[in-house]
Amino acid sequence: MQDFEKKVLSVKNITRQFGEGCEYCNEDKSNLNRNYCSHCYTIYACRDVSFDLYEGEILGIVGESGSGKSTLVRSLYFEQEVAKGEVYLFSHKEGKENIFNTTSQQKRYLRDYSLGMVYQNPYLGLQMKFSAISNIAQKLIAAGSRNVGQISSCANELLDVVKIEEFRRKDAPSTFSGGMQQRVQIAKALSNNPPVLFLDEVTTGLDLSVQANVLDLIRKIQRDLNISMIIVSHDLGVIKMLANRTLVMLEGCVIESGLTDQILEDPQQPYTQQLVHSLL
Amino acid sequence: MKPLLKIENISKSFTLHNINRYIKACNEVSLVLNKGEFVGITGKSGSGKSTILKSIYRSYLPEKGDIYYDSEKFGYINLYKATERQIIYLRKYEIGYVSQFLKIMPRTTAREVVENAVLEMGYDEIYAKVEAEAILAHFQLDKELWDSYPIIFSGGEKLRLNVAAAMIKKPRLLLLDEPTASLDIASKEKVRSLIEKLKRDGTTMLGIFHDIEFMHGLCDKQYNMEERRLREKKLVPTEMKEASQLSDLRKTI
Repeated sequence: MQDFEKKVLSVKNITRQFGEGCEYCNEDKSNLNRNYCSHCYTIYACRDVSFDLYEGEILGIVGESGSGKSTLVRSLYFEQEVAKGEVYLFSHKEGKENIFNTTSQQKRYLRDYSLGMVYQNPYLGLQMKFSAISNIAQKLIAAGSRNVGQISSCANELLDVVKIEEFRRKDAPSTFSGGMQQRVQIAKALSNNPPVLFLDEVTTGLDLSVQANVLDLIRKIQRDLNISMIIVSHDLGVIKMLANRTLVMLEGCVIESGLTDQILEDPQQPYTQQLVHSLL
Repeated sequence: MKPLLKIENISKSFTLHNINRYIKACNEVSLVLNKGEFVGITGKSGSGKSTILKSIYRSYLPEKGDIYYDSEKFGYINLYKATERQIIYLRKYEIGYVSQFLKIMPRTTAREVVENAVLEMGYDEIYAKVEAEAILAHFQLDKELWDSYPIIFSGGEKLRLNVAAAMIKKPRLLLLDEPTASLDIASKEKVRSLIEKLKRDGTTMLGIFHDIEFMHGLCDKQYNMEERRLREKKLVPTEMKEASQLSDLRKTI
């Protein structure tokens, strides 16, 4: 298979629902009122979302708040139980096993060894009371390293990459600024060399100059390490800068997908046009 | 010999949902571009010139028609039916696009803009550095500007950087979307000499230009966009003479 069409992750029909569902919405999900069923009030956060992620690619996911972007990514990181769907990770058994069907032990293993996640809120991704370096060590230990010297040199290398100064490394992240916390999170997520990295609204809430720093870092990492990434954002500027391809989500569905500049220059759906016209 | 690019009857229209309008941008356009040729398109603004280029580059979604491209990697393929991954590959290695606006990444120096283009293709950093310096020097960009951010550049400098970043990849097909708009005559001459050099090197180019005198002597074929259709334009000798006289006059001024 040629490198440009080597898949890393294949997602098929992920549906995430809150509630049991009823005879009206279980079969046909096209008659929902926004994202819930008007008969049984079951909420569908994601409805039949499918996409492929290729090697070395950045896939952007945009959409309004509540459109199911974060739900999707968090489901892929096994943080939320998924009702239905198939996910194939090609570094795991050559993509022959649906990783949603594995045991919880296997899921934990996959999470520790082949997935990485960066949250909008650093409190979710970091242990605030431990030092920056031990946060990274924690993930390295989870991924199987046992040699103390190796762990510390590896952690220091990662903190070099994300440019955390040496004298701050033994401080707790709770004393760091927002941008620094985000960079430590990125280092932590990278520590197990994941083939896939999820970034959930990483730059939201940061000021522009710090945001540019974080984006620079992401771009550099992507180029140097050739990691595939899924970037969730409601900031079209971020997507425009980083993503090769983009999915647009609305009310739990992917309403449009394509090359990023095609989405921005020739949007087809009414919602996407509205979104693009709102870009500053 | 197969042509490098063959456009057959493409049409493109836009639906604007917010004002409920349907706009036709170009209608059944056909065009053939042979290897090593330079073809220019002229026309009024809003006549759909850029639409053609953007359709080739797939910034616009295909609607009707076929665009055949003779690719090094994929052979003879229809760009309108190619997968997104194939398009990304082609953009990276084979097709370049220069618009009159520079897409600037924040906090990226001019040198990095060009280096990144080389690194993207998978070359190592030393090669990228050497190549970037060579092309920046070639484009006569002031050496003091190399390590500053393009946001402070003048229009002409931005444009030259833009062209440099596209040309350093040595694309097989280069799409030029009004690269001389809003430039003074001296800058235009620089762009012109560059295009001439590229043409000598064998790059196939399709360009949109406003001024006929710029295209004079440069284009192998000229098309004019009229009522959403392309018409081939034969340069009449008198017109050519006038154009050359005009450019001579400009030079003396």
